[in-house]
Amino acid sequence: MWKNLLDWIEYRIPMMRVANMHAIQYPAPKNMNFWYVFGFIATVVLVNQIVTGIWLTMNYVPSAEGAFASVEYIMRDVDYGWVLRYMHSTGASAFFVVVYLHMFRGLLYGSYQKPRELLWLFGMFIYLALMAEAFMGYLLPWGQMSYWGAQVIISLFGAIPVIGDDLTLWIRGDYVISGATLNRFFALHVIALPLVIVVLVFLHIVALHEVGSNNPQGINVKHPKGSLKEEEKTKYKIHEYYTSKYDIIDDVVPFFPHIVLKDLVAFTIFCAACAYVIFFNPEMGGLFLEPPNFEPANPLKTPEHIAPVWYFTPFYAILRAVPDKLLGVVAMFGAIVMLALLPWLDRCKVRSVKYRSGFHKLNLTVFAIVFVLLGWLGLKPATPTFTLMSQICTALYFGFFGLLWLYSKNENTKPLPARITK
Amino acid sequence: MSNAPVDNGRRRFLTVATSVVGGVGAAGAVVPFIASWNPSAKAKAAGAPVEVNVSKLQPGQMLRVEWRGKPVWVVKRTQEMLDGLAAHEDKLRDAESENEQQPEYAKNRYRSIKPELFVAVGICTHLGCSPQYLADSFSAQVQGVPSGFFCPCHGSKFDMSGRVFQSVPAPLNLVIPPHQYLDENTILVGDDSGVA
Repeated sequence: MWKNLLDWIEYRIPMMRVANMHAIQYPAPKNMNFWYVFGFIATVVLVNQIVTGIWLTMNYVPSAEGAFASVEYIMRDVDYGWVLRYMHSTGASAFFVVVYLHMFRGLLYGSYQKPRELLWLFGMFIYLALMAEAFMGYLLPWGQMSYWGAQVIISLFGAIPVIGDDLTLWIRGDYVISGATLNRFFALHVIALPLVIVVLVFLHIVALHEVGSNNPQGINVKHPKGSLKEEEKTKYKIHEYYTSKYDIIDDVVPFFPHIVLKDLVAFTIFCAACAYVIFFNPEMGGLFLEPPNFEPANPLKTPEHIAPVWYFTPFYAILRAVPDKLLGVVAMFGAIVMLALLPWLDRCKVRSVKYRSGFHKLNLTVFAIVFVLLGWLGLKPATPTFTLMSQICTALYFGFFGLLWLYSKNENTKPLPARITK
Repeated sequence: MSNAPVDNGRRRFLTVATSVVGGVGAAGAVVPFIASWNPSAKAKAAGAPVEVNVSKLQPGQMLRVEWRGKPVWVVKRTQEMLDGLAAHEDKLRDAESENEQQPEYAKNRYRSIKPELFVAVGICTHLGCSPQYLADSFSAQVQGVPSGFFCPCHGSKFDMSGRVFQSVPAPLNLVIPPHQYLDENTILVGDDSGVA
């Protein structure tokens, strides 16, 4: 009976075939460590954002007159409204925590290298769309920091020569940020960008499954057809989509259940951490929800100190480090473009940091520290000392990419093992 | 259907012609989506000029009015402030107001129509914050300059003519809005037709 129903469905839509190909019989390297859980967690956070977001729109009023009050209404009068809102606001910050760790995993193990360039680029596009999504979402509560943060970011486009002023006018739809801006940001935040992000995530996963997952050793588990002896091949049932093109070595496990179960352990820990923030520290000391945002937007009163939300601050620090407005904007966007260009800047054939030179290890460590430091500096007021520190960190940030390009051509790497483990 | 051989030249022409017509149509269809982002008629109406009465403004005082949602300052400068403007011009980025941040009639040392009355958009040219008016405590920011405007966001500094100092993030002098005097004590901000 059950079998008949499944067969009836399978005849009409390839449900089991897709499940087998992409989960039950997908070959995942067996040495995937905890760095490999963040893709799964990011997907879970995306679902959380979509579901809580839909529920928030049920009570949110997207207008300059009603927005701030409706958020207060959700917090005080709607049953469990505060949980939904804190899940959404905490989820936004958690999304960036997870995505930054996910990206750093790519840097550690060279996951952006050939043949995963497109996979990396799709990831970068997701990151860009996510930043736009977060920025527009932050305007919606219509608090002081919503308003003035948006003012600062939109005026960045004014630095573009010739068309700058008309462009900012077009983005705002008014001479200042107003209800017109709020409504279009709402439309983009709840409809346009989520659709874009979901499509990009789909493409990201399709590209991943086509080239296969990297692993901490950075060596291939898929070998040319006919190059492996029968006893070297995996004994697991792997989907013929992969086995018909490659010999899969005995260092893989099926994604489901092996990797999924490991991901679920991480997911549990992640949920506990999020629950702490949601229930005990939703503002996270002013990092996740900034204090000025508890005051309604006032176009005639600038807050003492405007700082974007923490996940933008590394790039904000770079913007402020450059004394020229246009060059500052170029440097800020350039910092993101450099990340996207990594597959071509890194000319080394060895992927994993484990087998790369000491200099690369040092360069990568400095880069990670500098990124965190820039994030901290972006939260601070622009005093001469902090500006100088930002300038040094900005130089080191770009230095990472320049140096990588120089030394990676003839890098002193360690010999790669033939197998992940015996 | 005839059995005539395929005329590739004609087929290519039709393909290109169809693509071009279709492309023009698609480009035309985009226009409403792009153009609907422009300020609406209502927003444009709300951006109408504002009248300011300055008869009660005392020397050293500042009046703020809202024009197009932006703060517009009207400052009645004292004689000392006016006399001090020439003293620090070597520390300014654009002492001569070469950049077009002001209408032609305000391109002078005072950046105003009448020397004592300074009208400016009170928004920092760096990233859009509103600077503070420091009437007598500005020397903590720039030594030897008693009064000026200081932006708390990123530390940009402007003198009493809204001219930006060197080595600060703001690249340009403060914007002087188009304005005109309707009579001795009434300024119309946002419209200078008949003057320019």
